[in-house]
Amino acid sequence: MAAIRVDHLRVVRGGAEVLADLSFEVAAGTVTGLLGPSGSGKTTLMRAIVGVQIVAGGTVSVLGEPAGSAALRRRVAYTTQAPSVYLDLTLRENLRYFARLLRAPSASIERSLAAVDLEPLADRVVRTFSGGQLSRASLAAALLGEPELLVLDEPTVGLDPVLRRDLWTTFRRIAETGTTLLVSSHVMDEADRCDTLLLLREGRLLADCTPAELRAATGEERLDAAFLALVEAP
Amino acid sequence: MSTASTLATAGRVLRQLRRDPRTLALLFVVPPLLVTLFRYLFDGQPATFDRVGPPMIGIFPFTTMFVVTSIAMLRERTTGTLERLMTLPLAKLDLLAGYGLAFAALATLQAAVTSTIAFWLLGLDVQGSVAVVIALAVCNALLGMSLGLFVSAFARTEFQAVQFLPALVFPQLLLCGLLVPRERMVDWLRLLSTVLPLTWAYDGLARAAAGRSGGALARDVAIVLGAAVVALALGATTLRRRTG
Repeated sequence: MAAIRVDHLRVVRGGAEVLADLSFEVAAGTVTGLLGPSGSGKTTLMRAIVGVQIVAGGTVSVLGEPAGSAALRRRVAYTTQAPSVYLDLTLRENLRYFARLLRAPSASIERSLAAVDLEPLADRVVRTFSGGQLSRASLAAALLGEPELLVLDEPTVGLDPVLRRDLWTTFRRIAETGTTLLVSSHVMDEADRCDTLLLLREGRLLADCTPAELRAATGEERLDAAFLALVEAP
Repeated sequence: MSTASTLATAGRVLRQLRRDPRTLALLFVVPPLLVTLFRYLFDGQPATFDRVGPPMIGIFPFTTMFVVTSIAMLRERTTGTLERLMTLPLAKLDLLAGYGLAFAALATLQAAVTSTIAFWLLGLDVQGSVAVVIALAVCNALLGMSLGLFVSAFARTEFQAVQFLPALVFPQLLLCGLLVPRERMVDWLRLLSTVLPLTWAYDGLARAAAGRSGGALARDVAIVLGAAVVALALGATTLRRRTG
């Protein structure tokens, strides 16, 4: 079953076409990487999937419902590139607030903290967190309601390789519980950790395939070289 | 609409303020200090102090809640928390009611502290009831909060948000009748003051302090709360789940 179904999606911002006639599906229970250079429309596409983006045409359906419908607010979670947590509260206070809005049990707070390895920092004010801790704090908030679909916008940006590896291990663990993940990145070496790849460039889909298929199609072993080969193909 | 979400939001807003003791101190120390200043400024004219004292107590919460709300809302917008809230099962009305509840509680406390000092230490003397003055202060706080929420949508930075105070609050303070009675204003200023909500807030406070309640006071309260509801409705339209 498809967790996300995008059909002829078009988004126009400030008179310019940001996404041009996109169509693809994301299978449930997979980790899908949304990759492409900055400015390629990754964030806009994610916003359209979560239903916070005004679209000019086409349809987006998520878990069988139109994107952004009220019924999905408990089933879909989204983290932006902004911290999206209250900097003047402790992490636990943040999570308690979001959990109450989601009607999630308080046990989910401990579960979320454990999933992102932030238990030791739970009672610290979020303002004191480092960049990597902040993005994990935001992820913890997204995990609270045990969403069926997680949409994560560049969760690993600016993190060191160890943290990035740990986060991808976390994503994989979450996917094993049946959750679908859509994760954007502009670092191609993260592509290998995904089940499927969506390669976006200037609002158009260059490829919708597995890492192995991308290698086979381009004859390149390294995925960043494969991406370049696609981009520069006549 | 959900009581649980409203209460959770009010609790969260108050918890954030508790983490900021300096702001809290300013909220509770500055109004009594300014009232004390007025008391000694009008040392030889106790009648004047009795006239401007109660309206001051009632109008402080308006200005402080205006500033606090516009900055707090601006932060929700710039740090991405508002966008997160808009993707959660939270009704906009619950968010607004949560803010309203938190700030009404704060305004009650602020007006009570200022009143205690003004009435018992500074010898402020009114014919009317102190409780009515405090109740009006809470109405004014809600008005300030609603206006602050609305203007926060038009500020990109905290610098801009703070500038809305001289732009939108000072003219209302000047024209409400506190400094110059409205009867003595030139026609066009009096007309302008009639459409400013703070004029009616001042009118109500002056009435309550003079011990004149009844129909006219009820009308003043209705106008202030009506203006707050209109500003809140306008503010709610700036909380969008879908944006370009």
